[in-house]
Amino acid sequence: MSTISDLSSHHATIRAVLAAAGQIILGKDAQLKLALACLLARGHLLIEDLPGVGKTTLAHVLARLLGLEFQRIQFTSDMLPADIIGVSVFERTSGSFQFHPGPIFSQLILADEINRATPKAQSALLEAMEERQVTSEGITRPLPEPFFVIATQNPAHQIGTFALPESQLDRFLMRIELGYPDREAERALLAGADRRTLLAALPPMLQADELKQLQETAAAIHVSPALIEYVQAIAEYTRHGGPFVNGLSPRATLGLLAAARAWALLEGRPHVLPEDVQAVLPGVVAHRLQVGGAAGQVLGDAFAKAGGNAIGRHLIEAVPLP
Amino acid sequence: MGKRDLSPTPRRLFRKKNACLPPLTLVQGWWLFATALAALLPLIQHLPLWLSTAAVTGMAWRAWLSWRNGRLPPRWLLFLLVVAACVAVAYSYRGFFGRNPGIALLVIFLALKLLELRSVRDGITVVLLACFLLMAGFLFNQGIAAALYALAALVVAVAALIALQAGPPVRVHERLGQSASLLGQALPFMLVLFLLFPRVQGPLWGLPQDAYTAASGLSDTMAPGSISQVAQSDAIAFRVQFKGAAPPPHQQYWRVLTLTDYDGQVWRHHPTREHDALPYAPAGPSVDYEITLEPHNLRGLPVLEKAGLLPPESSFSADRLVLAATPVRSRMRYAMRSYPDYTPPPEENARILAAALSIPPEVNPRTRAQARQWRAQSSSDADILRAAAEFFQSQLLAYTLNPPLMEKDAVDAFLFEHKRGFCEHFASAFAFALRAAGVPARIIGGYQGGEINPVDGYFTVRQYDAHVWVEAWIDGWGWVRVDPTADSTPRRIEGGLRTAIGGGEAPLLARQDYAWLREFRYRMDAVTNAWNQAVLGFNPQRQREVLGRLGMSEPDWRKMSAWLAGLCGALILALVLNAMRERKKHDATRHAWQIFLRKLARQGIDAQPWMGPDTLARRAAAQLPQHAAAIRAITAAYVALRYGDELPPELRRRQTAALRDMIRRFRP
Repeated sequence: MSTISDLSSHHATIRAVLAAAGQIILGKDAQLKLALACLLARGHLLIEDLPGVGKTTLAHVLARLLGLEFQRIQFTSDMLPADIIGVSVFERTSGSFQFHPGPIFSQLILADEINRATPKAQSALLEAMEERQVTSEGITRPLPEPFFVIATQNPAHQIGTFALPESQLDRFLMRIELGYPDREAERALLAGADRRTLLAALPPMLQADELKQLQETAAAIHVSPALIEYVQAIAEYTRHGGPFVNGLSPRATLGLLAAARAWALLEGRPHVLPEDVQAVLPGVVAHRLQVGGAAGQVLGDAFAKAGGNAIGRHLIEAVPLP
Repeated sequence: MGKRDLSPTPRRLFRKKNACLPPLTLVQGWWLFATALAALLPLIQHLPLWLSTAAVTGMAWRAWLSWRNGRLPPRWLLFLLVVAACVAVAYSYRGFFGRNPGIALLVIFLALKLLELRSVRDGITVVLLACFLLMAGFLFNQGIAAALYALAALVVAVAALIALQAGPPVRVHERLGQSASLLGQALPFMLVLFLLFPRVQGPLWGLPQDAYTAASGLSDTMAPGSISQVAQSDAIAFRVQFKGAAPPPHQQYWRVLTLTDYDGQVWRHHPTREHDALPYAPAGPSVDYEITLEPHNLRGLPVLEKAGLLPPESSFSADRLVLAATPVRSRMRYAMRSYPDYTPPPEENARILAAALSIPPEVNPRTRAQARQWRAQSSSDADILRAAAEFFQSQLLAYTLNPPLMEKDAVDAFLFEHKRGFCEHFASAFAFALRAAGVPARIIGGYQGGEINPVDGYFTVRQYDAHVWVEAWIDGWGWVRVDPTADSTPRRIEGGLRTAIGGGEAPLLARQDYAWLREFRYRMDAVTNAWNQAVLGFNPQRQREVLGRLGMSEPDWRKMSAWLAGLCGALILALVLNAMRERKKHDATRHAWQIFLRKLARQGIDAQPWMGPDTLARRAAAQLPQHAAAIRAITAAYVALRYGDELPPELRRRQTAALRDMIRRFRP
């Protein structure tokens, strides 16, 4: 198996990327790792947290380190789909309509505060995410490869937001929360240099097609029948046994497996372990599952109090390894 | 990782008191309430009002407490309640012994147990008590509906047991489904036990005396109105299966008991010493049939005239009744042969004839006068009989279910004033008149008629077919059956009660209209009968028959026990083999890993079922640093086998062996 040696070199690269990112985003190693796993699994990432905890910086850092073309779209309530996709403008010189691509034609998009925009603008982005192409005025244009969206969202109870419907939440492979930095990290942050300056000095660590290679390697990580059984057991529990309104969709289980593969790559493993599934599980399932039903009434309050990871935690402990 | 400990704990139903007993959750509590309620419901009609009220109040109190998350009553209060309830039971039943007080005590225990329901262990006690009460319900009623209800309640009880064993919370219908599928797996065992468990004659345990007071039907005394009461009931008295055609209606007289002593009001059974039965010689073809008798708390078994066969453990009485050794208190089945035509014996025991002539002095003077007139005008007893019959017809007596009250000189009142009566009036008057005229006469109680259920072909006799008639001793003829009711109202015999009494007087099912209702009733009867014959009537005899038909020669309890053990063993083996076949492919690997986990557990490293191998190895290595290398090696080998690339079979076998070897040598 030639991939073993490839694997270790890939692993080294990834470690380096994570280490460099950790220099700027302090005390958020777990979230950084999840974000990277999400990207390697070719999924889109949703970051949900309060303003000012470093969502934008995280996206910036990833774009810089991975050498991706970066565009930021600030979502506002008066935004139109054309502001994202682009418009055709009549050129007087050529006497024809000329397409001016919007900010979405970029490798890494930071869709900032996506829940501030109207559903119409949201859906323009979300359709592009799913199809990886954009159709405007009857012409379909492919989006660049790799294509990765990091959307940020303020918690829904903030004023002036349009919550994303469940069907659209499902398009994000993971949702993570950043949370406040711990004491030590915050001290380093306050004492250290300006993040923007550090960011500007950050060198890209991957070549253009290296990321693609990494994604392919991740997708090829071995998954044993025993592990598939485990993923199925989790899905089964959410569909029939658990305190949830609806279970995980096949898209979700596919995503879970892809994310677990990427996580195994981050860990430098040639195969996926249950631990890999458990590591990505809270991020992958929390935004797709809604607590409800008779059992949910008992558990719902507890989940609400325990925060976003509680559902994933509950799942991990409720489903025994097959 | 500190944040991860925020795993949700379900809201507790009760305050935690004892940490080593797992407390109950709200959902588990509701399951237990449902179980207790299901067990109580069928018993409520048999409990005194104060007890069912108290039990329901206790449960409602408990439900309110858990709803409001209130504190459970203190122990001393519960103790007082127990004492008070026991005293109340002892007072209301005059003691603790017997079926009803026993069940009352169980009901009280169940209601009070709910009030101290704290831990899972209490919950299990509640389920067991409820199951016991469900069983106790069969002491009252063993019909199909009761059995189906008990089965449904059992599904709830088992569901409650499953809910008590933690596990993820599921929806109600899924829990019931789990329970039903568990019980379904027990079904083959149930069938094997039913077929093969050695049966004993009679019920498995003796029922206390108070279980029989409610039996309705004939009794061994006949006061005015006693038969007409029975005639209001459409309960089944017995079922008959004739081998061949049923005899014509005028031969369908089912004899059960004789009434010889008359005190002017009440006819009583004469407690004679048993005499030898008179020799009746058959003088014609026999009627063969099999009777399934509902318990009637009498010794007399219904038979047609004249019985020529004795079921086991029964005897003939002097008046040719067939008597069981003890009053019939459980459904019984017996084969019988009767000879409608027979040669009578030449003479009867003098004491019996004397008893059949005694009447109290000075009652019914008009009838006595009438009888004296017959005696004067007739030359023989046979003539007197004829004269009496003619007199009864000439009086134009009317047959009714609601006769007027006749207290003093009842026979005179019936014959000369009201002229309306039920069969007991006819028979009583006729027998009295014959005795007054010096003809030995007695009253026979039993059933007359019956009808064929077109659904299963069984001949069904109901309580409203209860009837009394007269037998008179005529020299040379023997005891002759005379039915004064039939002489006055022949339709009663040919068409049964419902044609004799028109319209609203008859019991609902005896009426001519409501054809659909009768049809429905026929079907229900057929189902009930099948149940009685196949399930409730599965006595040692039937068991031997069935097993013999299944090819077991001379089944006795030893052979049955051996078969029972063998079949149950085979069933368990089949289940185990099935389960083994369903075990996963990488069995050897997992098995070895389980051994490893057990070894770790002995060192205090607790492997949760959800923990992955890597997590576990890291914990174990941290706790047993001196074995860290071995733990890592074992885990790596296990992971490679279970989660790694697919290996060629030979290599896999070798690596599995290596893993097992490592685990064997691992001795922390």
